[in-house]
Amino acid sequence: MSNSRTRVVVTGLGATTPLGGDVPSTWEALLAGKSGARLLPEGMLTSVNVKFAATIAVEPAEVMKPVEIRRLDRSEQFAMIAAREAWADAGSPEVDKERLGVVIASGIGGVTTMLEQYDILREKGARLVSPHTVPMLMPNGPAANVGLEFKAQAGVHTPVSACASGAEAIGYAMEMIRLGRADIVIAGGVEAAVHELPMAGFAAMKALSTRNDDPAKASRPYDKDRDGFVLGEGGGVLVLESLEHAQARGATIYCELAGQGLTSDGYHIAAPDPSGSGVTRAVKFALRDSGVDLSEVVHLNAHATSTPAGDVAEAHALTAALGEHMSHVAVSATKSMTGHLLGGAGAIESVFVVLALKHRLAPPTINIENLDEAVKVDVVRDVPRPLPSGPIAAINDSFGFGGHNVVLIFKSYE
Amino acid sequence: MALTQDEVLAGIRDIVVEVAGIDGAQVAMDKKFADDLEVDSLSMVEVIVAAEEKFSVKIPDDEVTKMATVADAVNFIVAHS
Repeated sequence: MSNSRTRVVVTGLGATTPLGGDVPSTWEALLAGKSGARLLPEGMLTSVNVKFAATIAVEPAEVMKPVEIRRLDRSEQFAMIAAREAWADAGSPEVDKERLGVVIASGIGGVTTMLEQYDILREKGARLVSPHTVPMLMPNGPAANVGLEFKAQAGVHTPVSACASGAEAIGYAMEMIRLGRADIVIAGGVEAAVHELPMAGFAAMKALSTRNDDPAKASRPYDKDRDGFVLGEGGGVLVLESLEHAQARGATIYCELAGQGLTSDGYHIAAPDPSGSGVTRAVKFALRDSGVDLSEVVHLNAHATSTPAGDVAEAHALTAALGEHMSHVAVSATKSMTGHLLGGAGAIESVFVVLALKHRLAPPTINIENLDEAVKVDVVRDVPRPLPSGPIAAINDSFGFGGHNVVLIFKSYE
Repeated sequence: MALTQDEVLAGIRDIVVEVAGIDGAQVAMDKKFADDLEVDSLSMVEVIVAAEEKFSVKIPDDEVTKMATVADAVNFIVAHS
């Protein structure tokens, strides 16, 4: 099946995250086990019981023109920064614009713009509401602006599936290439929701950690005392390309995006299905779609957000899907360092998986002081772990409120 | 009190620099907002609202659609200030 199908490879990476303003600085901090969580400025959160988040390491204003900052929502700024880096990393190729696509997701869209403009509306009236409000708050804004930047004409798309959005975007981009709609696609996910209202909403769900006295220790997937996720912001972007197109232009190939599996729980709007069957099925579909042999899977970047229910349900589902082989898979929960980037999570974690395959190094999981006994998977703790030589594959799984399950499989390219 | 052309041009220049992020030296009477100054139709709304505040004038929408150049805007504001 996969032999006759168009193969899709990764040829560029970009990111702006709580750990760094680009891919190299983010990766370096990730391997060093640094936390991106920090206290928010006094007064930003008046009545929310969470006082910290994993905010971006390099403010967009440091690397963008003032007029871009003015006309782009923060989520759009993240997308532009990451896409520009990814495109340059791919060699800034001259391509047929009608064969160039963009798929960039966001879980929530331009929520800070919406809330800021609402404040202006209430305080000063409609006349002073910015004419850029709608293009800034629409969830397809990040994709649309990146599409304009690179003049993409094969299609610009925005899947929205909460915290699975970034991964779904990458899978959608792969399908665009497989279906022959595009030769090269800029794909990823972003989120910029560090604002009192979304934080109050997540806090009301009891989804956020309240470890205000020690933010750097708050995101602790798989630890017994985990108490919720840490909201992060930023995004990641990959340049995906048909193997043929990449070879024809002499591109440097990181790895192959081999397949994806998509399912939905049909269980609850926010809670994970304790049976994990949606996740298990998605992993199996992804393995089948990728043509990867189970024995080649050596690494997995887990969704693991540090919520009491989610981490264990996921670990059980992965074991159900991979069986005995799961004990040979090095599992990394990088949200322990980046926080949870919501719609950006699946994208930035795909960037990490690509780098793990390239450098043959699984990033660490920090803050596990007492491993939850219910977690039976092999977690990479505190320091990076080398991955074997030869052909290897790695999985990135992402789930979103609404019961969305997305599993991507990347494999080394020789 | 009537404003001079130079006063209004200086004010428009400051607004365009803020809204479009371009070099102020480019903002001259003969320049077109859309073609020369990166002021598209959305940003033109920002320019007009800011100009109305700055010069205490009312610029009707049908006048805005006629304002292609900086001179069009400056002359309207001078005439109505």
